[in-house]
This record gives sequence, structure tokens and C-alpha cells, in this order.
Amino acid sequence: MITAILIMALGAVILGAALGYASVKFKVQGNPLVEKIDAILPQTQCGQCGYPGCKPYAEAIAEGEADINRCPPGGMEGVRKLADLLGREVKPLDAEEKPKQVAIIDEQLCIGCTLCVQACPVDAIVGAAKQMHTVVASLCTGCELCVKPCPVECIHMERIVENIDTWKWKYPVFEIKRVA
Amino acid sequence: MFSLFKFKGGIKPPTYKADSVRFPIAAAPVPAQLIVPLHQSIGGQPHPLVQAGDRVRKGQRIGAPDKWISSAVHAPTSGTVIAIEERLAAHPSGLPTLSVVIEADGRDEWIKRQPVDYGRLEPEQVRELLRDAGVVGLGGAVFPSHAKLTAASDVPMEELVINGAECEPFMSCDDLLMRERGEDIVRGIGIFRDLLQPKRVLIGIEDNKPEAIAAMQAAVKAVGENFEVIAVPTLYPAGGAKQLIRVLTGKEIPASKRSPDLGVQCFNVATAYTAWRAIAFGEPVISRIVTLTGNVAQPRNWEVLLGTPLRDLVPLMQPKADTNRYVMGGPMMGFDMPGLDAPIVKATNCIIASSPAIFPPPAPEMPCIRCGACAEACPHELQPLELYWFARAHNFGKTQEYNLFDCIECGCCSYVCPSRIPLVQYFRFAKSEIWAREREKENADAARERFELRNEREEREKAEKAERLAKAAAARVAAPTQQPADTGQPATEQPAFDPDAAKKAAIAAAMERARKQREQVKPKNTDELTVAQRKEIAEIEARRVPLQEPQNASNAEIQRAQREEE
Repeated sequence: MITAILIMALGAVILGAALGYASVKFKVQGNPLVEKIDAILPQTQCGQCGYPGCKPYAEAIAEGEADINRCPPGGMEGVRKLADLLGREVKPLDAEEKPKQVAIIDEQLCIGCTLCVQACPVDAIVGAAKQMHTVVASLCTGCELCVKPCPVECIHMERIVENIDTWKWKYPVFEIKRVA
Repeated sequence: MFSLFKFKGGIKPPTYKADSVRFPIAAAPVPAQLIVPLHQSIGGQPHPLVQAGDRVRKGQRIGAPDKWISSAVHAPTSGTVIAIEERLAAHPSGLPTLSVVIEADGRDEWIKRQPVDYGRLEPEQVRELLRDAGVVGLGGAVFPSHAKLTAASDVPMEELVINGAECEPFMSCDDLLMRERGEDIVRGIGIFRDLLQPKRVLIGIEDNKPEAIAAMQAAVKAVGENFEVIAVPTLYPAGGAKQLIRVLTGKEIPASKRSPDLGVQCFNVATAYTAWRAIAFGEPVISRIVTLTGNVAQPRNWEVLLGTPLRDLVPLMQPKADTNRYVMGGPMMGFDMPGLDAPIVKATNCIIASSPAIFPPPAPEMPCIRCGACAEACPHELQPLELYWFARAHNFGKTQEYNLFDCIECGCCSYVCPSRIPLVQYFRFAKSEIWAREREKENADAARERFELRNEREEREKAEKAERLAKAAAARVAAPTQQPADTGQPATEQPAFDPDAAKKAAIAAAMERARKQREQVKPKNTDELTVAQRKEIAEIEARRVPLQEPQNASNAEIQRAQREEE
């Protein structure tokens, strides 16, 4: 009887110690769900969701504070993926879905004020004070954050047109014709 | 006797080759204008070496390879570069690509051609030579050949497979090339053999081309090589690299590996031919044999300069009246040429004039009945029916689980499907969607990284600024205690150092200077004014005063705000 109790107690102590050690040693830093949500978000850092960047929005979703349909650059596709991940209902997007864009600076008009350089969340604009600025198109996420700060309105957004390298085969569609 | 292996699946479509092999290869005339796309091979886009207005000679390099996996482009004839601009590409998208437009001068003047004895060069130099001569896989995949001419370091090269199977219906360009220029092909294979050092060289030719087999056997004997010319059973797609390797060597290349990892490499016969012309004659790849066939008066093989617009080939083809479109490549894997201005490129092995009689419009798709005919026909042992469901449902993760990327788009599944489902189109759609997503994912990851770096930098800068300010503040506290020792004045009488006050004084001084300057410059046109004019001015001034005041007030507010921020 005593031996049995001792064995059980010993087992409890050993397992408890192992669990305690594991909880310290393998502690997960941060919320893993946030990372997963952040991976789905398009990383435009545009703030259209009302949060200052994709990570804060991901955190808000993970906390249950924000809805999953507030990311226009992610589009319906993004909403669907988030719904899949979180087991939530798919909702229509809270804003208009826009095609992918890129910012273009009219270099003739640029006065070199650096306001857009400061506004760009991904450092995709290069230029120095009183020097012409330009957008590195391949790094631009199309967030439009640089458009408003420009005092001379020399930045506009342009739709990205597909070229031969980004062209995609279309989903097969058949025209149904009436047989004469 | 050599024992052959088999690959699973495959189909036997009617070949339609007999008509186009009746006549020898003829040289197509030099067109008035050539459109040479810079990007004609897999890999990096070559950058242009010429400018509009430059005179070029035949064989002059006009596009330099971008990196190792890239291939040079050359002027197909002598003439003047009119423009370097986006022109319609021979591509299913119908989109333009950067091309060099050359107006031919009709003289067809060569550059100075330099034949090379490759035996005296280092293997690396031979590879560079091939890259600069624009030698790419002419079977249709246009992969730069020099990049395939390095044996794996740990696996000995056992077999070199030369692909003369030409399994696609209608096509006969390789057949004619083997019949007419067999010896050059064999010598080209010799270059590949010397670079790769394989134990055996196997030339695989489908058994529906007995003349080509005989010609190649004779050529091998004439050159004095020990290459084996092997007839392989006619079965589409025996000309696929992996299929031919399987048939000749029994080796099956897994998706995760490349053929050199299994000690085997594969080249097309036309590639070997161009390699020999490049090394032994100094002639870069500026033309290729193209089968012009289909709904035409007389199908035939032509040696066409690269960059020749399709429009200039139409008179050679003499298409019949009901021709409605032109297909580039074979009927199984080809695509519609987007227009008559699209040029012939290195990948163009065949142009088929199509009519509703030859290729009837696709019948409407019917539901999949899961008969499994496609899985039986698939030469890669995939399950097209499963891939189809997932591609249709946009479930791209699942398509990848079912090895979508092993699909070579040979079209066997679509060919046998009793419900006439365009399976290959679904697979192409799924592949390009997956590629697009991968691109987006890469961009998003890069953006995230840059965003995080930026945030880090901003925080660091903020911290540095705070530190600087703290230091300055500390210096200010320390300053009054030090100064009494220097001047001998009591510390209490020393006014505290105030940067704001100094700034204010500077601003006030500047404003004073500006006011004085204004006063010095007196308006000269107001000296001799009439009384009425003076009165009018006074009225205007009176009106302006209340308008200016609120502005001054708001300016003052902004200044105050700025001061507070500082």
C-alpha cells in the first residue's frame, strides 16, 4: 500500500518536474496565431484596415478585436484564407477591391521635399532633400500612403499591367453557341 | 541486340508527316524586316548591344546573355537596326516583348566567322562559346545548352541521349535535318560527348522515320564514331526528354532530381547541329528548320531566319482559302500564333495552317465520369482526373500534392478524354496561378522584412535622439557650475543658457533685417499719383488689413506649435 503511494507520488514528482522544465525551455514566444495571420496578409502596410500595419492588424484579429474583412489589398481571396485559418464565417470585403497598383513620381514636378520618403512604409522611395525622388517599382506595395503627403501632387498610382512574364493562363471557359 | 524499355501510357495519334518530307529543306527568302525578340530562351533576358540606327552584319551579337542561364541573340542578316521596342511575341499571351527590329539591306553580309578547334580549349571556354553563339535546346524547350553540359561532380556520366524522336504529329524538321545534315549532327554530338565524357551515346529516333535512321547510321560510320542509333517505337510522347531517357536507358528521373544526377543527359539533334556550326564554322544560331504544314498547298521544311515575321512565310505556305489561324508547335502542345506579325523564334519548330476541317473547334466540355482513361494515357503516371478536380476548384495546394509540376503538358489526357475536358488547360491555369501566388508571397515577405527593418531603424533613431538630448541637457546643467571658475563672476548672476531665447533673438534679428530691406526698396510708380488713385489705394489697403490679420494669427499659432514640439 505504502509502496504504491510512494511510486505514484514519485511518478507525479518526476512528471511534474519534466513538465515544468519543458514549459520553461520550450516556451513559445509571442502568439503563434499572429504569425500565421500575418503570413496571409499582403504586407502592403497601407493601414486601410485602421491599424498601423499588417502585424498590428494580425494581432487585433488574433485578439478577436478586428474583423477579417478589412484588408482591401488582400481581397476576397485573403478573407477566404483568414476564414479558413480561424474557422470564421466568410464575409464580403468591407471595402472596394482594387487592382494591384504602383506609385509613380512625376520627376519633372518633384521638389525634393522627402515627405513621401518618410511616408513609405517599406522604404521603396529613394531621394534626398532638394533632390529628385523616385519609386523603386519592384519594391512598391501600392499602399498609396505617399500620395497624400506630396505637397505638389506629383505622385499618382498606376495599375500594374501584366507582361509576358507575369501573364497567366486563363481558366478554361467555353462559349455556348446556338447551332444554326 | 539492344533491349529497350517502356514508359507507361502514351497515345498514337495520326502523324500527318508524309507530305512534308517529300521535298528537301529549302532556304526561305530574307524578309524585308526582321523582328528578333531578345528573350528567346529560358533564363535571364539578354540586354541589347545595339541601338536604333546601328548597322549590323549577319551573325553579329545584338543581345548579350544576362547571367549564366541565358543565351545570346544575333542579327540574322545584315541591315540597319530601326528600333528596339516592344513587339508582338510568338507567345500564347499575345503580349509584346522587347525586340530588335532590323531592316535587311539584302546584302546578307556575314561578320568575320572564326572557326575554333574546340579540342584545344578548356571545357569552360567551350561552354562560354556555346552561350555566346546562342545555342539552346531546339526541341522546343529552348533551355540554354551550355548550362546542361556540366556533368554532376559525384555521379559518373553514363549515357548521353540524343533526341531525334520527333513524336509530335505534322512535324518533320528534325527528320529532314537528320537525313540531309547527319554528319554535322554527329560531329556536334561529338562536342557534347567530349564535354560530358559519357560511357555511351544513344541516338533515339522513332521507327516511323527509317530514312533518318539510315542516314544517321551512315553519318556515324562516315565520321567514325561509336554512337548507337536506335529505333524507338512510335508512341507519343516518346520525344519527351524523360520518356526517351526511360525508353533508352530504363532510368526514371524523379521530380526532385535532374537527369545528370542519374548520370544521363539529353539533347535534341538540331541542338547538336547548331553547336557544331557554332564551333567549327563560327556561325551563331540565326536560323532554324521550320516545318510549314497543315492546310497548305505543299507542306515542306524551310530554313527560316529567326525573326522572320509569320506574314513573310504565308506566301511560302500558300494556305488554302479556309485557313483561319496558325498554330506554332505541334497539334498536341502548340498554341495559336497571336498574329501574322509575330516572328519565328528559336522555339518555333513547326507552323501549322489550321482550318476548321483539320482542327475542329473544341467540343463543349462535359462532366468528368471518372473513367480513368486520362490516368492510363499519362506518360508521367499522374492522375489527371484528380488534378482536374482540384484545379477546377482552385484548390492549388492539393494539385501540388498530386504532383502537378511533373506534368509536361503533353496533352495525352485531353486527347483521350471521352468528355472532351481540356485537362491541359486546367493544369496550365493551375500552374500559372501557383507561380503568381509564389511571386506575391515572395514580394509580401520582402515587404514585411523591409517594413520591420524600417521600424527598427526609426526606433533606433528615436532612441539616439533622446540620448543626444539627454546629453545636451546634462551639459547645460553642468555648464553654470564650470563657468564661475573661468570668469570669477558669481554663479547667480550668470543668465541660464537658453537655446530658445537665442533662436528667438536670431529670428527677431532676421525679421528686422528684412523690414529694413523692404523700406529701402521704395516703390517708384507711386510718386506721382492723382488724388483719386491715392484714395483708391487707401481703400484697398483698408480692405486688406482684416484679411491679413487672421492669417498672421494662424502663422503665429503654427510657430508656437513648432516651438513646443522642439
